Amino acid sequence: MFVALRDLRFARGRFLLMASVIVLITYLVVFLASLTRGLGEDSTSGITALPTDHLAFTVQADAPPSGPGGGPTFTGSQVEQSQWQAWAKVDGVTSAQPLGIAQVRATSTTTTAAVTAFGIEPGAGLLPHGAGKADVADGKVLLSSGAADALGAKAGDKLSIGTLDVTVDAVLDVTAAYAHTPVLWTSLDDWQELGAHLAPGADPTTVATVVALVTSSDDALAAADDDIGTVTQNLHESLSAISSYSSEHGSLLLMVVFLVGIAALVVGAFFTVWTVSRSGDVAVLKALGASTRYLLRDAIGQALVILVIGVGIGTLLAWLTTVLLQSVVPVAIGLSTTLLPAVVLVVLGVAGAALAIAQITRVDPHAALAAR
Amino acid sequence: MDLRLDHVTLVYPDGDSTLTAVDDVSLVVPSGTTTALLGPSGSGKSSMLAVAGGLTPPTSGSVAFGDGPPVFTTTTTRDVATTVRLERIGFVFQQPQLIPSLTALEQLELLAHLRGQRPSSVRERALEMLDAVGLGPWAHKRPDTLSGGQRQRVAIARAFVGDPHVLLVDEPTSALDHERGVEIIELVTGLGRRFDAATLLVSHDESTLGAVDATAYLLDGRLTERPAAA
Ligand SMILES: Nc1ncnc2c1ncn2[C@@H]1O[C@H](COP(=O)(O)OP(=O)(O)OP(=O)(O)O)[C@@H](O)[C@H]1O
Ligand SMILES: [Mg+2]
Repeated sequence: MFVALRDLRFARGRFLLMASVIVLITYLVVFLASLTRGLGEDSTSGITALPTDHLAFTVQADAPPSGPGGGPTFTGSQVEQSQWQAWAKVDGVTSAQPLGIAQVRATSTTTTAAVTAFGIEPGAGLLPHGAGKADVADGKVLLSSGAADALGAKAGDKLSIGTLDVTVDAVLDVTAAYAHTPVLWTSLDDWQELGAHLAPGADPTTVATVVALVTSSDDALAAADDDIGTVTQNLHESLSAISSYSSEHGSLLLMVVFLVGIAALVVGAFFTVWTVSRSGDVAVLKALGASTRYLLRDAIGQALVILVIGVGIGTLLAWLTTVLLQSVVPVAIGLSTTLLPAVVLVVLGVAGAALAIAQITRVDPHAALAAR
Repeated sequence: MDLRLDHVTLVYPDGDSTLTAVDDVSLVVPSGTTTALLGPSGSGKSSMLAVAGGLTPPTSGSVAFGDGPPVFTTTTTRDVATTVRLERIGFVFQQPQLIPSLTALEQLELLAHLRGQRPSSVRERALEMLDAVGLGPWAHKRPDTLSGGQRQRVAIARAFVGDPHVLLVDEPTSALDHERGVEIIELVTGLGRRFDAATLLVSHDESTLGAVDATAYLLDGRLTERPAAA
């Protein structure tokens, strides 16, 4: 990169401008990626933390519009006792437990907050890892750390959830949220009294939202779905059944993807102009004996330098911002929100630049003889 | 090594027809000497230089160095021609055609980098060349801070720094006044003799050519006798 590095220094104004644009776009991409993941976890961590692998839904006739792709939704699902009992007998299913999910208002002595109540049978093993020996019991609830924060509550405090008065048995040191509300766990009997969504004619004492399945093989699931009248999805698929999650996550991801595309286009446009403006130099270099390969390597190396510096600074700044804002904004930081977008930006940026730089192959060394 | 053009013809496509810019030219420039190539505008001087330097392949005929086999023929590929230019030919263009971001010294070191050597390995030789063209004190200046004559001197030093067998020069004085022009021609012919290069030098202006060893006249792409009027 004998010429490329010197061009960087010589035309530093132009390259600084380009690098600044890359810094800003990278900053946006990385910050949005962190926000996307943070908001996503804020909607799904209660479900992903379930120690099960599949959930069986029903699709109610009066259900709200179904999820993307016509899949089931948590709000539209209601399973009956007979269904989870039937699921327990299916081959390859080691555990089938009812799980009730309802968003309710909870009031502590100090404040009121929206929470999601997960209703589970005592001893069902549906509490997340990290719950230890704690378990639910009638009249006693367990709080996730988020729920404890939101309610300002600790073990022994009295709460009213919906129409029910309960006592906090313990605060679990686990993060669990569902559709942007923190999770608390109640017994299934208590949950049924909270006023779950009920299909007409259902007996409120025999329902839950989904059946949580632990399976050793999923061969028999489809057939069992037909017999029992449910739709089974693995935990990952079931995230799109959280109605707020799928649309929110989709639009944020779309923004990230668009920004990455814009970055590649901007870099491509810059190098198109730059390559055209130096085509006279390129003709001279070719006349002096520079091979096209040498010139391509030189120019792409230059694009790589700018991209790595711009993306590096942008990523670093965004990472610092997310670290500082972590306690106030739902951001999540990880390799998938920093290194991955950075690498994608560099790779696509170089690809955009390479398309522009390829014009070098068409420059005729004969042009060096013409007066500039 | 001598520069030998053997029955060189160059035909450009010109719309539906063609234009013969160089027409069956045979010419030998002996090693260590300078031949000036004269002729009116459009007579094909630059085109002949382009063929001699492998910038474009001849339509027929060939170019050879010394007694060796032809280096440029109708079938020579771009890559091969590029390598021949890099290893064996020096160019001086009408405009200095320096790279704006490089200092005078770096313009010369660049050639070593193109040849896959460390640029600093030729620093001494490059500084010598800059001294030889009288630009030692300007070694670390960029083209935008040099005068037109100084730039052309840097371009001449660049052409000689790689020890070329053949030097091809296209109207080096057209942007300079008469005195500066004479100096530049003397510099080129002197260095060509000193480094034993066969130099073919295109010029409009016969009055600056006191120092050259031979002249050739081109008219409509053909070598002719010296016209009586010139
Ligand atoms: N790349 C090209 N494509 C087509 N025709 C060309 C090209 N270059 C030159 N010509 C034509 O070939 C003829 C010879 O041009 P050339 O540049 O060799 O002349 P020249 O003797 O160098 O003239 P000048 O003294 O004005 O530089 C001219 O008629 C010109 O129009
Ligand atoms: Mg010409």
